[in-house]
Amino acid sequence: MELSVNLCGITLDNPIIPASGTFGYGYEFAELYDINVLGTFSFKGTTRETRYGNPTPRIAECTGGLLNAVGLQNPGVDRVISEELPKMRQVFHKPVMANVSGFSIDEYVEVVSKLDKVEDIGWIEVNISCPNVHGGGMSFGTDPVCAGEVTKAVRRVTEKPLVIKLSPNVTDITQIARAVESEGADAVSLINTLVGMRINLNTRKPILANRTGGFSGSAVFPVALNMVNKVYNAVKIPVVGMGGVSSAEDVLEMMMAGATAVEIGSMNLVNPYACKEIIEDLPKVMAKYRVDKLTDIIGGVI
Amino acid sequence: MKKSIFSIISNEPLTSNVYKMTLRGDCSDITRAGQFVNIALDGMYLRRPISVCDVEGDVLTIIYKVVGKGTRYLSTLTEGELDILTGLGNGYDTTPSGDAPLLIGGGVGVPPMYNLAKRLIGEGKRVRVILGFNTSSEVFYREQFARLGAEVYVTTVDGSEGIRGFVTDAIRDLEYTYFYACGPEPMLKALHKASATSGQLSFEERMGCGFGACMGCTCETLTGYKRICKEGPVMLKEEILWN
Repeated sequence: MELSVNLCGITLDNPIIPASGTFGYGYEFAELYDINVLGTFSFKGTTRETRYGNPTPRIAECTGGLLNAVGLQNPGVDRVISEELPKMRQVFHKPVMANVSGFSIDEYVEVVSKLDKVEDIGWIEVNISCPNVHGGGMSFGTDPVCAGEVTKAVRRVTEKPLVIKLSPNVTDITQIARAVESEGADAVSLINTLVGMRINLNTRKPILANRTGGFSGSAVFPVALNMVNKVYNAVKIPVVGMGGVSSAEDVLEMMMAGATAVEIGSMNLVNPYACKEIIEDLPKVMAKYRVDKLTDIIGGVI
Repeated sequence: MKKSIFSIISNEPLTSNVYKMTLRGDCSDITRAGQFVNIALDGMYLRRPISVCDVEGDVLTIIYKVVGKGTRYLSTLTEGELDILTGLGNGYDTTPSGDAPLLIGGGVGVPPMYNLAKRLIGEGKRVRVILGFNTSSEVFYREQFARLGAEVYVTTVDGSEGIRGFVTDAIRDLEYTYFYACGPEPMLKALHKASATSGQLSFEERMGCGFGACMGCTCETLTGYKRICKEGPVMLKEEILWN
């Protein structure tokens, strides 16, 4: 039974990657289990300055998932490097995926160049798809020209594998994927959350103080699967699949749709042991569906 | 934090919409009063955070108000098993209480005060408790606090039981060395202003995970950003920043 995959030249023991914003810097989860069982994980989205994020309430439950409008709360890149990563290093000993967000091309470039110098960062995942910040985030990811420009600019300042994280809130996600591929992206990851809204019937106000938020959770899985498959067929670079993945079976489906590795997000918030349990279940589920090597099934949907 | 399976022992109404549930399971991670548990419910995506009312060996008591789909479903359960995360939140620190601490609970802010009163009485403190409600039909746990050996004061907004008015109307004539509070935010804000001593106040927010991973419940304090679920829900009076 072979679970390892290769993402942009770095071998992962298995394809499971907790998604950014659902796993902090790893150490909260390291109190529960040895997080070195993971392929890797993508740490909390990092910006140039310290950010509090949006006002609360910034979480709303929905059928099969949740809306979040956290808005990129993080200590800022300098404190991530000086305070958070040393703590992470004590509990995680594999190359980690850094997740970067920004409000201008300059900001993306500055944050990426700082993170480029950190040795244990294996990949840089550039989030051009955050739906919860204004004048940044998703606005870079919904236009192929902007998406290409961000990619081109950060490509100049790092040799590390660049994974561009794409928004599903677009007419044609393959167009954006092709644009970032042509500007030097080493991989794409998708899908970020879908923009959504809930209303409190008593107050007639939106539940989220930000009015809208990003929808994630098991309900988005079929949407994500379709987009991963479309992008897999449109580009030559690897695709990291995510969106509603909740079980080892979902991981296999995601890989058959075209994912080289699979990120798991919301499920970590419901069951803190989700990634560990999925990794433990994978061999059993692979045996059930007669899969010896996970890499054999990537894009294998007939 | 610990994730374990609890079996329901009992679940019964205390008032028209407040229920008391007792469960048996591993309570070893619950180390302080004021912590909460996060309960997975069939058909609901997110867990439901509920404050701990009491722990006695492997028996957990929670008291919750039916406010939505999740708590309504919870109120229908009388047997079976529940997947629960325990040991969440920082809880109340009893060290600074002094000899005569005052405990103030408003509505469903009353339950966490029960285990706190028990602990403080166990430490030999003279404990007084103010329980605030809107009206007499909402009052619960008055006798239980008295049985622990606490001096109990009840306030109702309409004056149908105990002192007429708010909890702040009851604290005026009392002398105390420290205070502990849990209840609706307007009550906490009023207490923050009216209290004569230092104290600890417990806050509520909509949570995603309940254990510090999602940053969904962060609030701003005078000592930096705090996650209600992790660095909270109990905050020191001196660090609270009202918005």
